[in-house]
Amino acid sequence: MVYLIALPLLSSAILLLLGRIADKWGHLLATLVSASAFGFGVQQFLQMHKQPGSNRAVTQKLFDWISVGTFKVDASLLLDQLSICFVLLITGVGTLIHIYSIAYMSHDKDRRRFFAFLNLFIAAMLLLVLGDSYLNLYVGWEGVGLASYLLIGFWNQNPVYAVAAKKAFVANRVGDLGLSLAIMISFAQFGTASFSGVAAGAPHASSAALTAIGAMLLLAAAGKSAQFPLQSWLGDAMAGPTPVSALIHAATMVTAGVYLITRSNFIFDASSTARMMVIAVGVITLLFGAIVGTAKDDIKKALAASTMSQIGYMILATGLGPVGYAFAILHLLTHGFFKAGMFLGAGSVMHGMDDEVNMRKYGGLAKVMPVTAITFGLGYLAILGVPPFAGFYSKDKIIETAFNSGGSKAIVIGGAALLGAGITAFYMTRVVVLTFAGARRWKSEAHPHESSFLMWAPMVVLAIGSVASGFLLSMGSALVNWLQPVVNASHVASGKELMKPMTVSVLALGVVVLGAGYAIIKYRAVAAEAPEKVSIFTRAARMDLGQDIVNDKVFVKPGFALTAGLVAVDYKVIDGAVRLVGWLINEISDVLRKIQNGYVRSYALMMLIGVFICVLILWMVTA
Amino acid sequence: MNILTATILLPLLGTLVLAVTPKGNSQLAKIIALISSVVTTAVSVLMALRYHSSQSGFQFVESHSWFKAFNINYAVGIDGLALVLILLTTVLVPVVIVGGWNESENGRWSVKTFYMLILALETSMIAVFAATDVFLFYVIFEAMLIPVYFLIGGFGRGERAAAALKFLLYSLFGGLLMLAAVIGIFIISSKQGTGTFDVTALSHMKISHSTQNWLFLGFFIAFAIKAPLFPFHTWLPGAAASATPGTSILVLGVLDKVGTYGMIRFCLVLFPQATKTFAPYIIVLSLISIIYGAFLAIGQKNLNSLIAFTSISHFGFIVLGIFSLTTQGISGATLYMVNHGVSTAALFLAGGWMIARRQSTQVDDFGGLQRVTPVMAWCFFIAGLSALALPGLSSFVSEFLVLLGTFTRYPLAAIIGTLGIVLAALYVLILVQRALHGPVKSGNEGLSDLNVREKIAIAPVIAALVFLGFYPKPALTVINPMTSTVMAQASVTDPTPLAGK
Amino acid sequence: MDISNYLYLSVILFTIGALGVLIRRNAIVIFMCIELMLNASNLALVTFSRINGNLDGQVASFFTMVVAACEVVVGLAIIVTIYRSRRSASVDDASLLKN
Repeated sequence: MVYLIALPLLSSAILLLLGRIADKWGHLLATLVSASAFGFGVQQFLQMHKQPGSNRAVTQKLFDWISVGTFKVDASLLLDQLSICFVLLITGVGTLIHIYSIAYMSHDKDRRRFFAFLNLFIAAMLLLVLGDSYLNLYVGWEGVGLASYLLIGFWNQNPVYAVAAKKAFVANRVGDLGLSLAIMISFAQFGTASFSGVAAGAPHASSAALTAIGAMLLLAAAGKSAQFPLQSWLGDAMAGPTPVSALIHAATMVTAGVYLITRSNFIFDASSTARMMVIAVGVITLLFGAIVGTAKDDIKKALAASTMSQIGYMILATGLGPVGYAFAILHLLTHGFFKAGMFLGAGSVMHGMDDEVNMRKYGGLAKVMPVTAITFGLGYLAILGVPPFAGFYSKDKIIETAFNSGGSKAIVIGGAALLGAGITAFYMTRVVVLTFAGARRWKSEAHPHESSFLMWAPMVVLAIGSVASGFLLSMGSALVNWLQPVVNASHVASGKELMKPMTVSVLALGVVVLGAGYAIIKYRAVAAEAPEKVSIFTRAARMDLGQDIVNDKVFVKPGFALTAGLVAVDYKVIDGAVRLVGWLINEISDVLRKIQNGYVRSYALMMLIGVFICVLILWMVTA
Repeated sequence: MNILTATILLPLLGTLVLAVTPKGNSQLAKIIALISSVVTTAVSVLMALRYHSSQSGFQFVESHSWFKAFNINYAVGIDGLALVLILLTTVLVPVVIVGGWNESENGRWSVKTFYMLILALETSMIAVFAATDVFLFYVIFEAMLIPVYFLIGGFGRGERAAAALKFLLYSLFGGLLMLAAVIGIFIISSKQGTGTFDVTALSHMKISHSTQNWLFLGFFIAFAIKAPLFPFHTWLPGAAASATPGTSILVLGVLDKVGTYGMIRFCLVLFPQATKTFAPYIIVLSLISIIYGAFLAIGQKNLNSLIAFTSISHFGFIVLGIFSLTTQGISGATLYMVNHGVSTAALFLAGGWMIARRQSTQVDDFGGLQRVTPVMAWCFFIAGLSALALPGLSSFVSEFLVLLGTFTRYPLAAIIGTLGIVLAALYVLILVQRALHGPVKSGNEGLSDLNVREKIAIAPVIAALVFLGFYPKPALTVINPMTSTVMAQASVTDPTPLAGK
Repeated sequence: MDISNYLYLSVILFTIGALGVLIRRNAIVIFMCIELMLNASNLALVTFSRINGNLDGQVASFFTMVVAACEVVVGLAIIVTIYRSRRSASVDDASLLKN
């Protein structure tokens, strides 16, 4: 199991340390390593599949990592039903994207470095999902953050990209703060940070403590998965090369928050307050991302907003309690296929259009890039939830679970999820129409062309996944049963069913048709330049609903003002006090120096006065 | 003479050899200094191998009478705390010599003098950690200032004389307070039987609470200046900005650890009651240090003072861990001392090379180094990652242990402390972005990348960062017994988990 | 005659000497004034010796005389040397050590 992590890590180190020597074959090694990790994952999966349900989890202790007093953490791995899903997703999609990148990055002189970072990411992400304690997870958690930072800033000679990378890392760090606090609370409460230890202790802990752990884990998830209120970095993260956006910022890393919450099901099951917070964050983000997505002209940013929104669905599902976890993971897996596929499609379009990202400058690309258009279209149908594509099985289940979660809040949550589905249909249709349909709006010097085999082959594989994965994974509740031992999912609905699955599907399809239809009407013909006069909603969505303004006004500006203030305080007050002491001594000596005037008689006078004072004191004391 | 005394005296021997070498031959002086420090490293490693990590108490103990009348002895011995710090010293000195091979050329005095001072400093640093006699400790604590004063004042840059003087006066002030406390403790011990300066004997002494408070403050302020803790920190940025990179590494990496070392060795062990009285206030100071140092680091324009302020933030963490009075806190703080030494060394080495090449200390003069000098930029980046405590690098383990230990006793303090993690990401990444990323600024185009000598110097440092990050066990095995001894001497126990199983 | 009159005389002599030291600039005169102060204190010592009826004060005054004699030897020699080199015996002129 350790080779899963060690091989990509080693290959990454080799590629970085060897430098230019490895330029010729570096990408091949990296792809080979990733593929072999996938092969290894499949073999583990088959082995696991043979075992009975309760017997499938395997742990492997590597070495004592930290042991101080009662705090003992081993470097040890846990491969169970949940982590194997992620292992297959990470290595599978990862390998496809490695293959794609060979062609996509072929003109970049730093391709070797790019593949080194990709392998570093694979290693860190696998550690994240394989760690058997929160602290091991934390190492992977920050490791993927680092890989994401390096890859977003891959072209960091461009200052804007460098800033985007920094922003992503810092926003993630705020989330990491939550994770580290969650570990500390766990240790203070249970004396351990391992999943099994915390799970065993959770029933004995106070609800306040559990809610605190839950809230902190949610903060961590929000940072990594670009959820409200830490969502602002994801759009900027599109500065990275497109394969990175597909792998890290769509399929795998950003879904780590969903993994974290699902893994910590024992905490959230025990605290309804924490669950409520999760639901709130999920609902806000799914609408937030969807609204932002409606106004973006940059194809990657539109897809990023969509990712944010879809992860909102997953987070919402995890908040719905034991029933939701499996659906969250189901949506995560299907989303991994269709969103990665669409990102690769976007990359293919950009490749053909000389790195143009503005969709208003596309139009009518379906004819010149048929494979890209078809694979993208399949992904599009999947995200809309059109039956029988993948999204239908996963997203509708989440909406249905939301409606049936009981209580009056269920209608609000379910309604929001349904509304989100409608907006999703609108903005995704907008993307498809702007890019592939309508009139050609490109400049004359652009020569769009279909990409090479190495690029479209992964897209085809992912498109097949977008079509079939939903059906395969939910056939006979396959995934739900598979995950049952990990998340304790029960099929019993918590209250009476508000809506039948059929009703939900019909409703969902209805809003999707509405959204898609409106988008087709609206974007049949558009100008190559974005119109200036737009409604206040569009303007708000274009500036990401003011997220950057808020961050800037609330954190960045006051932060820098505080910094400048403290620098002044340090110099003027604290060092000032020190310099004051020095200055005082100087001044006093200046005064005292005048007494030493070199005239004998003034010394004599001083002596006389001194003697006189002494005598006076003596007289006063004795008398 | 045992192996510990040999380790102490070897660099001094190097100094004596250097003293009789001819002045003009600077290459010879460098080689002699290097050989002498490498031999010291070898001997100290040998000593570490012979150290029994399972035993508590001092090992390699040696004692000779020095002033009979006051029962002052040359008494040395090491426990886990001293061992790791001595190893840190003996490893860093050769790194400094190799890494800063040419930094001694432009000094006020000869190259030979520079290395004599470095080796004298090494002897005093090893001795100060090895001393088990409070008076001996005090004497070396003060004597250490002399080589540093001349290293900054004679070989630094900019306003080196002023910086050196400020450093000296600050430290002397603290030293005087400590001298008063040292005398006080001797008087108390002679009133309770035979007067002694032996730290183990003194730890068994009963001192009234109010007396403890005064003596504690005497020691603590001296250590807080050395560490340095807010608000006694203002000498550090100036000293770091003026000193050569090698001197900065030794001052921030090792010398300042004497402060935090002293807090554990003397404050906690000798004055347990006063420790408990003052712990909450000191924790507040350390939190201010963490946040304040981080903010000031963000606001610095000078690369060297920026690194100095990050150190102030890190020293805040170390002090926080010590005065959390938990096993994780104290072990974590001790490990942090080692890790901070290594990571600061990496920062100052890479930063020093950048400054030497660009001939400027201003961060804004750099820019785009990633494209011009990739290896140097990577070294600096990794050092930066270690400063922001990225998991997988050594500082993460220690920082996390400190916060974890603090959380079990003072949750709010730990929460505030974790804010330091976010700020650390900011100051490191802003620096990285300004210095390494972006388009290549004019004046940086022709900079040369690291040469073989420089790669050799920084390789062990980065290797140590990575190794201790993934496998801190060797360090923790020797530190843990020390922690339990200190915890017992300070008569504190860890809080138990709240939710019983 | 009241024995305290000697003491008054001694005080007056001492004050005259002290004022002389403070006011005059000629080294010789200052020197004489110091001698005057010494002898004033000698007078006081002898008087106290008389009052107390023992010889302690007389002995002390001998010491003073010896010291005064030594002083004259060294002091006059210095003054003469200064006068030879600078053609002045003013104490303010001998300011080579100043600044």
